[in-house]
Amino acid sequence: MEADNNNSSSVKERKVKGKVEIDIQKCKGCELCTAACKENALTLSDSINIKGYRYIIANNDACNGCVNCALVCPDAVITVYRTHPKKKSIDVTPEDIREQLQTMISPTK
Amino acid sequence: MTTEAKLMKGNEALAEAAIQAGCDAYFGYPITPQSEVLEYLAREMPKHKRIVMQAESEIASINMVYGAAGAGFRSMTSSSSPGISLMQEGISYLAGAELPCLIVNVNRAGPGLGTIQPGQGDYFQSVKGGGHGDYKMIVLAPASVQEMADFVYLGFDLADKYRNPVLILSDGAIGQMMEKVVFHPYTNPNVDKSSWATTGKPKTRERNYITSLFIQPERMEVHNLKLEAKYKLIRENEVRFEEINTADAEYLFVAYGLSARICQKAMDIAREKGIKVGLLRPICVYPYPYKRLEELAAQSKFMLSVELNSGQMVEDVQLAVKGKVPVEFYGKLGGLLPTPEEIVLQLETLIQKHHAN
Amino acid sequence: MQTEDHLLPETLTLVQAPECHEEEYELVYHKPATMVDVHMHYCPGCAHSLVHKLLMEVVEEMDIQEQTIGIAPVGCSVFAYDYMNIDMQEAAHGRAAAVATAVKRLMPEKYVFTYQGDGDLAAIGIAETLHAINRGENILIVFMNNAVYGMTSGQMAPTTLAGMKTTTSPDGRDTGFYGAPIKVAELMAMLPGAFYVTRQTVNNAAAVRKTKKALEKAFNYQKLKRGTCLVEIIGNCPSNWKMTPMEASKFIDEEMVKTFPAGDIKLPKADELKIKPEEP
Repeated sequence: MEADNNNSSSVKERKVKGKVEIDIQKCKGCELCTAACKENALTLSDSINIKGYRYIIANNDACNGCVNCALVCPDAVITVYRTHPKKKSIDVTPEDIREQLQTMISPTK
Repeated sequence: MTTEAKLMKGNEALAEAAIQAGCDAYFGYPITPQSEVLEYLAREMPKHKRIVMQAESEIASINMVYGAAGAGFRSMTSSSSPGISLMQEGISYLAGAELPCLIVNVNRAGPGLGTIQPGQGDYFQSVKGGGHGDYKMIVLAPASVQEMADFVYLGFDLADKYRNPVLILSDGAIGQMMEKVVFHPYTNPNVDKSSWATTGKPKTRERNYITSLFIQPERMEVHNLKLEAKYKLIRENEVRFEEINTADAEYLFVAYGLSARICQKAMDIAREKGIKVGLLRPICVYPYPYKRLEELAAQSKFMLSVELNSGQMVEDVQLAVKGKVPVEFYGKLGGLLPTPEEIVLQLETLIQKHHAN
Repeated sequence: MQTEDHLLPETLTLVQAPECHEEEYELVYHKPATMVDVHMHYCPGCAHSLVHKLLMEVVEEMDIQEQTIGIAPVGCSVFAYDYMNIDMQEAAHGRAAAVATAVKRLMPEKYVFTYQGDGDLAAIGIAETLHAINRGENILIVFMNNAVYGMTSGQMAPTTLAGMKTTTSPDGRDTGFYGAPIKVAELMAMLPGAFYVTRQTVNNAAAVRKTKKALEKAFNYQKLKRGTCLVEIIGNCPSNWKMTPMEASKFIDEEMVKTFPAGDIKLPKADELKIKPEEP
């Protein structure tokens, strides 16, 4: 439970989370996206794709969905998803979920 | 449309026929001896709500024709020799991209800036390809003001039939002379170009794009062979010529356009003198009537190619007869026109020369 | 309720994996459907494909795929028609503005744009470009200025910077011999037929957003029938500049914009922001 408490506070602080998908076969490893990313979420892989380019890999834990990488990508290989800061579900904490589950398991309580 | 005869200048008859043929857009640049085409259309096209534009050069004109043709519209331009030279790149692109259009050359004497008087020195440029690469245009050679009008309808129809540029190879005399002309009723076939024209991509089809670029050689070869197959069809189906007095002819004038007109008079004079000479006038100089000339070689003692140049069509006559019969040449340069008497004298001289041999 | 805890699944670890919130992610950016989904031949980092993407985003957002015709140049972007899912025509080198003139005059309700490089527009095509703008053709001209001839491997362009080394200016552009680089946007803005003229860059995210807005404006302005929109975009050419894409981005900020400052050069007046009335 203690571990839960520490992580749940970081979930509460990051209101908007992002994730990107990279079409690695079309990526040319130009690194313009790494320069555009303020969260240092993008790095060049050590492997190469079918065209022989090192491609970009994303650390989605660090992504905030700002779209800058996708904007500057010359080959349009990046798709961006983002959580909506105003959506209520973001404010659901693990405690809330546990309570709901409790109710499901022991409905008379 | 009217079926009464009008007295018109060649260039203007051509322009009027363009309107009646449903030309959607004309782009041109002034150059003697054909500026009347642009001027006539500048006055008349807006009345029909069609596009006429004086472009900044012949280069711009031919590229505007490309844009209009690529979008599926009936489009044409006209110029004279130096301007047609400027259009050669555009013509090669039009042929490579398979765009139907009409180009008119009112040939003047050259080379270079030359003179404004008529010439036939653009024959090679027209039929052998003045632009780069392997391509051909159907080339129509009018010999009268009536044909200046008729060949516009024919030209547009052939262009649409084969998706190819068509050239009307006229000259400064036919463009400037005034003769009777009748504008026959014409119905535009309105060929469906939606499968390839760039009108904007709807959801119901793939995008259309107009290009003559095929960067992979294998793909380029396929395209070249496709064009060659088309030109073969054109050679099989579109040969057009006129022959006069050939049934019993021992000698044959071969001439097109204005020089055919003069040869026709020369032939009348020669016939009166008892010389059995006939005339074969190619109406299309591409595709050329090789087959008919080869047939006529059997009965001819020699053929005389008469041209307003230093010897261009004569090579096609030589190719046609395959060495079976001598082929002679009489040319007039500098924009000067030979008289019928001059041609008869040349014919008589040659007859003597060949009898002596 | 501690007594019931043992009934809860052990794998309930809500806090660690964003995947548990997966249903809350919404798509905020994707490649436009108006781009053909193929590998593009451009060099890594090349601005051409980036600008193709912006153009196609605008076409998708305005829902004008069916009304748009593009004219491709000769240059590296000669294959633009392989990547943009719209009807296109490949023009001869330099002649795109003449081709576009005809297309637009015959189909005035369509959106017509040219896409040209510096040799295409400012060298061989300068007459067609100037006259189309002077006539006020209601088209958009997208001018990709990267100060070098890319496709033919790095020769000098009319826009090559003073002192810049290229294969035909191996000791650096000598302005005494070749003249200074041409500032096309400023030159063309002087013509009355030019309605909206701007110069933008695409070497960082903020600049990309601005350029996209400029292109959106230009497309919308076509409806007004008030003249030509010219959007000059400082592109890059990492291959022929002999730089990495990131170094090229820096070069644009440090050198290119000194000669070619970014910004609006000609903006429409307030009373021009409505459709031009038809002449009687």
